[in-house]
Amino acid sequence: MPGLIEQQRFMCAIGGMQTVVAIPRAVPILHSGPGCGVMVTGFFDRAKGYAGGNTAPCSNFTEREVVFGGEEKLENLIRNTYKVLDTDLQVVLTGCTSAIVGDDAAQVTKKFAEEGKPIVFVDTPGFKCSNFEAHDLIVNAVIDQYVDLYAYNHTEKEPGLVNLFATIPYQDPFWKGNLEEFRRILEGIGLRVNLLFGPHSKGVEEWKTIPQASFNILVSPWYGLSIAEHLREKYGTPFYAFPYLPIGGNETTRFLRGVAEFAHLPEERVERFIAQEEKVFYEELDSLATFLLEFRYGLPGFVHILHDASYVIGVSKFLLHETGIVPKEQFVTDNVPEEHHEKIRAEMAKISDKKTIPVFFQPDAGAAQQQIREAAGESAGRGLIIGGGWDKMLARDLKYDFISASLPSPYRLVLTTGYAGYKGGLRLIEDIYGKVLDTYN
Amino acid sequence: MSTVNLKAAEVQVRENRLGSITGFKGTASELVECAKCGELTDSERSFSQCLGCSTSNATCAVALIQDSAVISHGPVGCAGRLHDYGFTYRVNGKHRGVADPQQRRIFSTNMDEHDTVYGGNEKLAATIREVYERVKPNVIFIVTTCASGIIGDDVQGIAEEVEQEIGIPVSPIFCEGFRSKIWTSGFDAGYHGVARKLIKPAAKKQPDLVNIVNFWGTDVFGEWFKRLGLRANYLTPYATVAQIETSSEAVATVQICSTLGSYLAAALEQEFGVPEISVSPPYGIEQTEKWFRELGKMTDRRDEVETFLREEREKWLPEIERLREALGGKTAYVTAGASHGHALLGLLRELGLRPLGAAIFHHDPVYDKGVDSLDSLNNLVETYGDVPGYNVCNKQEFELVNILNRTKPDILLARHGGMTLWGAKFGIPSLLIGDEHYGMGYEGIVKYGRRIADAIENDEFVKNLAKHAVIPYSKWWLEQDPYAFLGADAEAEGF
Repeated sequence: MPGLIEQQRFMCAIGGMQTVVAIPRAVPILHSGPGCGVMVTGFFDRAKGYAGGNTAPCSNFTEREVVFGGEEKLENLIRNTYKVLDTDLQVVLTGCTSAIVGDDAAQVTKKFAEEGKPIVFVDTPGFKCSNFEAHDLIVNAVIDQYVDLYAYNHTEKEPGLVNLFATIPYQDPFWKGNLEEFRRILEGIGLRVNLLFGPHSKGVEEWKTIPQASFNILVSPWYGLSIAEHLREKYGTPFYAFPYLPIGGNETTRFLRGVAEFAHLPEERVERFIAQEEKVFYEELDSLATFLLEFRYGLPGFVHILHDASYVIGVSKFLLHETGIVPKEQFVTDNVPEEHHEKIRAEMAKISDKKTIPVFFQPDAGAAQQQIREAAGESAGRGLIIGGGWDKMLARDLKYDFISASLPSPYRLVLTTGYAGYKGGLRLIEDIYGKVLDTYN
Repeated sequence: MSTVNLKAAEVQVRENRLGSITGFKGTASELVECAKCGELTDSERSFSQCLGCSTSNATCAVALIQDSAVISHGPVGCAGRLHDYGFTYRVNGKHRGVADPQQRRIFSTNMDEHDTVYGGNEKLAATIREVYERVKPNVIFIVTTCASGIIGDDVQGIAEEVEQEIGIPVSPIFCEGFRSKIWTSGFDAGYHGVARKLIKPAAKKQPDLVNIVNFWGTDVFGEWFKRLGLRANYLTPYATVAQIETSSEAVATVQICSTLGSYLAAALEQEFGVPEISVSPPYGIEQTEKWFRELGKMTDRRDEVETFLREEREKWLPEIERLREALGGKTAYVTAGASHGHALLGLLRELGLRPLGAAIFHHDPVYDKGVDSLDSLNNLVETYGDVPGYNVCNKQEFELVNILNRTKPDILLARHGGMTLWGAKFGIPSLLIGDEHYGMGYEGIVKYGRRIADAIENDEFVKNLAKHAVIPYSKWWLEQDPYAFLGADAEAEGF
């Protein structure tokens, strides 16, 4: 029995509607109570996209549908969605109400699919799982119910084409920027990338080429794994997995070499690209080092991160090795299923060969904050908290510096900024030390 | 018959309690007439978009009480947007005398599949105990959700049991989303929980204390009341439990919007003997004068009120005249909650603008006090004349988009988030003012007028945005009657 959650940092399954919103010109159709879509959009903020938020059709269950079922209402809703909205892909998502009263929304959706509509059904009642897990369910459902029907070619692989699964759109506030950087560096070593989400994706046209990818790239400690496994099974597409977000010189190079080795890419071209990128990256670090080592008025010496597992590992590695900020207690807040804990602990253990960095799996971030308060004073120097909006007051109370980098994030505006890759690492440095310098008047 | 029964665990939703509706097309006076004759019937839509639910509004009524904690009993998503109240509490505290606003304590029982099969009672009890230990609040509110409601958890029983044990009020608020199409039912549910568990019978009266049911707007009443020798007791955001307990000692209750405060004001009057003002809130000259005179009567400050009104008139009327000249004849469209929407329409008319229509989120034919003089739509029509194209529409974006595309007013006035985008996409200057006190009194007419003039003048941004606007609505839809999906006989044909 999972316990209570204070200061939630993720959504329930229907929060996966943002996965749909991130596919260009796709529309989520909610078969749920009223309020679900508003809760989702309110959690993510600026998350309307093409047809999410107030635009998304919803059956808005009332007492009548709870008693008599809402299948007819859903059928009307879908039929009229085709009249009112111009969309390329429709994804029907169920909420708690529909699931508990036992509507067969799958059957209703199927009717439209049989009419030749590009429509997909996914069961996403809130009590089932988090939006992290629902992301996988939704992507796999789109693959099975849409891609598989409309794909150009199911069997032949196209050399150099890869599908990338590296982020959960909107849940990762930097998803757009991160995807852009992944594309840039993967193209740099000679690949072509299906991003699948966001403005740099070609939308459903790109999804239709998913089976043709010669391999898939998964950047994640756990979410997305079932997508890569599903594609391996379905289309025989192998996948390369990198278990955290690569940030900065060391880790991005490690990631690219891993991909290159997996795909047997020509070494010369890969190394030439890496050398150029490292030159740019370390030129900045070189000119920054004096500031980091000598700034006499105080810079953060240690950090607590409250984020999903991918960020906790990626940011910890980056900050320790490329800025000298030491990771203290770290909090993985994305409700990671038990079976993945060991793997994540093992990855955290590799951050330093000299010291152990304590990591806690804590979806109840209120409890995580309590732990940070209790640890205050144990570490020398100035503290830094990288977390979400809830942590701003904690940082203020403890007189730590604060970067808002996870959701909900009401105190920070992120558009296309990313933290992944070489460029992301430099941006993260700018953000941290920029905020610190801002405290001096 | 009274709509207030504090002995019952739940308050009825607005549809059943007041006969409120969410679908209507016609004119404002037709709606008033229908409502008076008891002929108001709701219309259904065969296409609809994501609505809000009562949970947010119920939480809105309780999460900003200084020393409260709130538990959402359901899956974690049902508390998804409640973090907003933490932000609001923090940033508006300075306007309301809370210099160092503390973190809002908002929890979810995090209901999972197992709980929906075996019930969530134990989990709820454990959560209440843990929240008490963690926060040590002076009250714990439990807001229910669709899931906890349908599986039939005994929220009332658990709350009573743990309340005995921990010795502070534990107030269940029944606000399952599916129960009402009118999210403002959530305010009523929240205030019911407040009135039942917190307000105490008055030990004495404080003849200068006036309750104000509001959100988190700037402290305009404080300034006004100083001149009248009164004190403002704002309910419920930024109040303490102790302050709410003694709200029964006030001499009157006023509210900034009957949509918001109808139930709490009626409960204070009927159960605790604090009379509710029977005049609509002070928007526009006529309502402002009526409202202040009524307040003067209720608080025995008739002379002070006359002095106040004279000073205000002298100070603001010349500027109101100038604004009327500048804005006269401009057209407008309004989308807002019911009573506040009526207030905005009044303001527009006061400034000489011509409303082409309105999309108002619901309609209450009567408020809980049950007196005609509080009917803000009727007051609007009587003072300023009819409003054409008066559409009751619970924030259905597709209807609004269609209407804006064909009416192209000079300005769109909105009160809820997300709607101004559509004005802007069509190049229509669009204005949302979050502070609910902004337009009140004579000064409010001036402030609103200046903002409207400003928005109309500075339209470069919306004109540019319109050039690059992405519109997901089909060409077909934009050419249909905006109410094509409203009502059983009006199914849109011809696709």
